[in-house]
Amino acid sequence: MNFPILSSLILLPSIGALFLIFTKSKSENKITAKYVALFTSLVNFFLSIYLWFLFDQTTSAFQFVEDRIWIKGLINYKVGIDGISILFIILTTFITPLCIISVNNSVTKRLNEFLIAILVMETFMIGVFCSLDLVVFYLFFEAGLIPMFLIIGIWGGARRVYSAFKFFLFTLLGSVLMLVAIISIYWITGTTDVVQLYELGIETKYQNLLWLAFFSSFAVKTPMWPVHTWLPDAHVEAPTAGSVLLAAILLKMAGYGFIRFSLGLFPSASEVFTPLIYTLSVIAIIFTSLIALMQEDMKKLIAYSSVAHMGFVTLGIFTIQQQGIEGSIIQMISHGLVSAALFLCVGVVYDRMHSRLIATYGGIVTIIPKYAILFMVFTLAALGLPGTSGFVGEFLILMAAFKDNFLVAVLASFGVIIGAAYMLWLYKRVIFGKLINSELKKMIDLNKSEAFTLTCLAIPTLYFGFYPEPLINTIEVSISDLIDTYNFSVVSKQ
Amino acid sequence: MNNIELIFPEIFISLSIMFLLILGVFKKDSSKIIHNISLLVLFITAVITFNETLSINPTTLFNESIIIDYLSSFMKIITLLAAFVVLLISSNYLRTFKIFKIEYPILILSSVLGMMIMISSNDLIVFYMGLELQSLALYVLATFNRDQLKSSEAGLKYFVLSALSSGLLLYGCSLIYGFTSSTNFNVISTQFNTNEYAITFGIVFILVGLAFKISAVPFHMWAPDVYEGSPTSVTLFFTMVPKIAALTVFIRFLYVPFLNLIDQWQMILVFLSIASMLFGAIAAIGQKNLKRLIAYSSISHIGYALAGLATGSNEGIQSSVIYMTIYIIMNLGFFSCLLMMKRNNIYYEQIDDLSGLSKNHPLLSISLLIVLFSLAGIPPLAGFFAKFYIFKSVIEQSMYFLAIVGLLSTVVAAFYYLRIIKIMYFDEEKESYDKDHNLWLKLSLTVSTILILMYFIFPSELIDVVSKINII
Repeated sequence: MNFPILSSLILLPSIGALFLIFTKSKSENKITAKYVALFTSLVNFFLSIYLWFLFDQTTSAFQFVEDRIWIKGLINYKVGIDGISILFIILTTFITPLCIISVNNSVTKRLNEFLIAILVMETFMIGVFCSLDLVVFYLFFEAGLIPMFLIIGIWGGARRVYSAFKFFLFTLLGSVLMLVAIISIYWITGTTDVVQLYELGIETKYQNLLWLAFFSSFAVKTPMWPVHTWLPDAHVEAPTAGSVLLAAILLKMAGYGFIRFSLGLFPSASEVFTPLIYTLSVIAIIFTSLIALMQEDMKKLIAYSSVAHMGFVTLGIFTIQQQGIEGSIIQMISHGLVSAALFLCVGVVYDRMHSRLIATYGGIVTIIPKYAILFMVFTLAALGLPGTSGFVGEFLILMAAFKDNFLVAVLASFGVIIGAAYMLWLYKRVIFGKLINSELKKMIDLNKSEAFTLTCLAIPTLYFGFYPEPLINTIEVSISDLIDTYNFSVVSKQ
Repeated sequence: MNNIELIFPEIFISLSIMFLLILGVFKKDSSKIIHNISLLVLFITAVITFNETLSINPTTLFNESIIIDYLSSFMKIITLLAAFVVLLISSNYLRTFKIFKIEYPILILSSVLGMMIMISSNDLIVFYMGLELQSLALYVLATFNRDQLKSSEAGLKYFVLSALSSGLLLYGCSLIYGFTSSTNFNVISTQFNTNEYAITFGIVFILVGLAFKISAVPFHMWAPDVYEGSPTSVTLFFTMVPKIAALTVFIRFLYVPFLNLIDQWQMILVFLSIASMLFGAIAAIGQKNLKRLIAYSSISHIGYALAGLATGSNEGIQSSVIYMTIYIIMNLGFFSCLLMMKRNNIYYEQIDDLSGLSKNHPLLSISLLIVLFSLAGIPPLAGFFAKFYIFKSVIEQSMYFLAIVGLLSTVVAAFYYLRIIKIMYFDEEKESYDKDHNLWLKLSLTVSTILILMYFIFPSELIDVVSKINII
């Protein structure tokens, strides 16, 4: 493969952003800016779909690898993908154009800068999923903080400053220990190249501390209980597009990191710390689901439900079984689609009524029926109804969990029930019931762009719910290979 | 004396100072021409240094009291270029305060001469001579805006405290001389086997004196006041140039005569480093004045450079040098912004004056944003790489505690950098500032921002240059 397709995927959004800098931000040109951004992200989307076609599903080796000297004698710029990463890349390139379409109503000031931030963000997010070198990974992982900080801080809601700071400092604090671990790995093994590290392995005596250092970063980003508190704040205050990016993609970086680095590099430590992850995951699932029940703010409710869903993801990853990890990845993809859609749904009513409180609404089913239908689809997908992508993921995860630990699986299943409760209750309170607030009568149903974005998200949600084969086929070989190496290294070290 | 050409840079600069003094006395209204000639002198000296001495093998002169090697040449070039840029961008500021006088460039030249002697010194006496030459020039520079109370206060404070530290330093020198019967670094390194503990006392005193010069905690008390009180262009000079020279002496002093005593001084350096990083980060949070804030930030940055020196390895030295180089570029960007905050001939320097800057000055604020994120050490900007090299060499020596404390203090430091960004981007706008800036000021801001932003594309170049530094 001569054409550096991954690097172009990474760079293209930034080039688009560069163009945007030179687009004048006069009022008549706002459309131009948006089209430039949309065009860039769509090109990127089609490029990533093309990548999926070229992708060889029968091998677990890294494909489209590019390896260039970057810091001489120290770090190579190395990117490449396997079955685990490609789906996240497509998710990223899929969500970004939808975000850009959705900015119509929510962002009124400084549109140009907003689009630049989103495109730069896309660069960093794709970079995270492509990078095959720990330092390059860290670079992209951390760099994403800058645009997100600005997105929350400039375009956010009333408490945006507090939320932006909390988001930034929490994640930075988590990540610095990972940097220490990465440099330590360099001195222990002499390389930060992930492929080489897979082959070399890291001595067992170092693994536990290194695992904890990586965990501190991923746990904050996932976010796992008890370091999840930044997420509701960030979600609530971020503009709709920011919440969508945050929920759909940023959180997945950590799940991806757990699979790629924690399992791949530190198998025996992962074995040691599995009980810790199980405990935290179960607490996250049940505890945050209960908190979600109590929320009065729609965005906050969805934010807490994200924490619960990510609890399932971490649980699934650390079952270290084929179904568990497959389920986790599908759950992440599904959560990416569904939470993005739910935030967009909240954005739709927020743009009309400027309130996120559940109590404001009620009985709007007759006023905006199209909205009610689409909202219904995503509500059901979020609670994991069979036939939606949410079901596939949760089902596989629970299946693997039952094999591994009965108690954990039972507790996690309770989480599913509470999840159904808060989602359905939310839907009931917002859509059904009596129409008390007469202001609501003035609400207009979905306009074309909103309907388009939500439909775009609904199609894959349903499609993969009925037919998850394409997803599973893509990830299957990589995961079984990962599990084989994992089991081999755990067994050989005992 | 067939090696005399190796100190041509110093000779040239001292002759130029004498010439400029005479010119200034006899020609009226010569401040502009002296300013320009000084720029030329600095530039030519940098070129001479680059051509004559950069690529030669280490050579000693004057009975081994002066050493010319790659480290000294590299640091001299950095010093000269930094001083060049300071002089280049400060003319408008000086004119506003009506202190655009002949003394200013001449004082900068003489302090640079002192620093060059310090950088090349291989002998305690020579080192002290250079140190005093540069310090005396700096005292005067600090009080340069003598009509302002704060400036005079800054100079006086700097003078008194600096004299104290020089006293300590001299006492340390005399102790070392007493126990080794030599002031020459090379001779000392062969003599000290007999009386290790007594010599450690001498080292401690000298370290205190040096730590004072680079404002490492706990010898930092003068820095915030002096930085705040001095004219901004002088503050810019203070935050960059003397630190390069002092850091070079740090390297040379610790690694040439006393490398074998590393067990003794390593703990001191680790303490200085941790204290500076943490204190600088925490104390900066409460600041309201940008110059004061940057004083604390420079304290914290010096902590990172010292962390590299504490490792006792060549990689550590190199990472410190890289750190200082990148730090200078970031500082330049920051101060260029500060020098642009002018409205109706008044310079503003409170953090709140930045409020809403992004609406009236989008380019200025995006540059400052990049500089600040880089100072905070967020990838992919240059500041991250600077920290990365430091921690790489620190972890190589298994000094995990130092690395973790250092990284945690970057998180604390991130808070106050973010606060500036918050004020710039999230708050309501105020009146806009003047837009007709000096071309050089704009250029220095643009160049430093681009260097910071684009560093990640060519990170190897700087390493290649610095990796030739070989002390041990």
